[in-house]
Amino acid sequence: MSRLNILTKGFIKENPVLIFLLGMCPALAVSTQVSNALGMGAATTFVLLGSNTVIALLRNVIPNKVRIPCYIVLIAGFVTLVQMFTEAYVYTLYQALGIFLPLIVVNCIVLSRAEIFAQKNTVFNSILDAISTGGGFTIALLAIASIREILGSGTWFGLEIPVLAAENIPIFVMAPGGFAAFGIIVAIINKVSKGKALKKKEFGCEGCPSAQTCVKGGVE
Amino acid sequence: MDVKVLLVIMMSAILVNNYVLSQFLGVCPFLGVSKDRKNAVGMSVAVIFVMLLATVATWPIQHYLLDRYNLGYMQTIVFILIIATLVQLVEIVLKRYSPSLYSALGVYLPLMATNCAIFGVTITNIKGEMTFIESLVNALGAGTGFLLAMVVFSGIREHTENADPPPSFKGIPITLFSVAILSLAFFGFSGVIENMFG
Repeated sequence: MSRLNILTKGFIKENPVLIFLLGMCPALAVSTQVSNALGMGAATTFVLLGSNTVIALLRNVIPNKVRIPCYIVLIAGFVTLVQMFTEAYVYTLYQALGIFLPLIVVNCIVLSRAEIFAQKNTVFNSILDAISTGGGFTIALLAIASIREILGSGTWFGLEIPVLAAENIPIFVMAPGGFAAFGIIVAIINKVSKGKALKKKEFGCEGCPSAQTCVKGGVE
Repeated sequence: MDVKVLLVIMMSAILVNNYVLSQFLGVCPFLGVSKDRKNAVGMSVAVIFVMLLATVATWPIQHYLLDRYNLGYMQTIVFILIIATLVQLVEIVLKRYSPSLYSALGVYLPLMATNCAIFGVTITNIKGEMTFIESLVNALGAGTGFLLAMVVFSGIREHTENADPPPSFKGIPITLFSVAILSLAFFGFSGVIENMFG
């Protein structure tokens, strides 16, 4: 795989949220405003960059049997860094993201990139992969948040949109609107790709670290 | 101990602030496992079980270790480690001492370590400044809410699987729209808590 390919594949073609349907909890929860979505995307991208780099550096050191706990501790460390940074410098964002900031630890996108990519590839490629996956996550969040903010509160990035601001549909900012907006986007992707992009995909199992145990147990 | 306060916490976690349908916690397992009712119930019981255990384990650690020695910033790392270890321990103990329970819940346990609902509940307990008993009730309510959402949705899903939507809405989009409608239905509960005791 060429480096350019690694860098760009996550944006659209292998988008972690829109195509692989991973990390849906944060994608739905923080996408009420475009500015929150951007903040969450940046935080997750930073964690991905950190974890992918360190795991690629340590890929020959970490024993195979305990690799998942090692990854989780590393990821939790980077999440703590992000938490402290946002609390100190971007306090409004820290409050807006609330519980979903520490929850980056259990975001399966981060763990799955460590398991699928970083433990088998060089540091440089892992960094490219982190940028690509983090960028794709941010793009997905921005897309969902744009639909929800424009329809739900008639603004985009805090800027008022003339007609919509007076005639907004508040349900889009609330929980049901999140599921609906995500459904609309997936339906559009289905339409544009003529059903190819998501043909064989199922909910969240692609690249999920627990997928194997899950399939073994006959859950999926 | 005021029973009313506990009841309010319980009902709020089950109906008004349902973890899946209004707080978006545990959406992945909710959509992944709700295809089959038997699995949905098994998974939810495992969630309730682990939520309670995780609360029992994390609450004292936060209050008697992290708070006492000003280690609050270690919360994320310590909690995720405790939950991951706890899940492994429970699996080993159940396998050894209760094979029947293990055969019912065992397959779902490895999925718990990365379940954001479990991690979410332990953090909410601390953020909401709840007492130990309140935290336990909150965990029980959150788990029961998950069970309720799972069982209701697995029933709906049996119908959407056989429905005939427009081609681009087949599969995932139609499922998401049914969750949206179910979540809308749970919005109807939002006034219940305020008026529960007059």
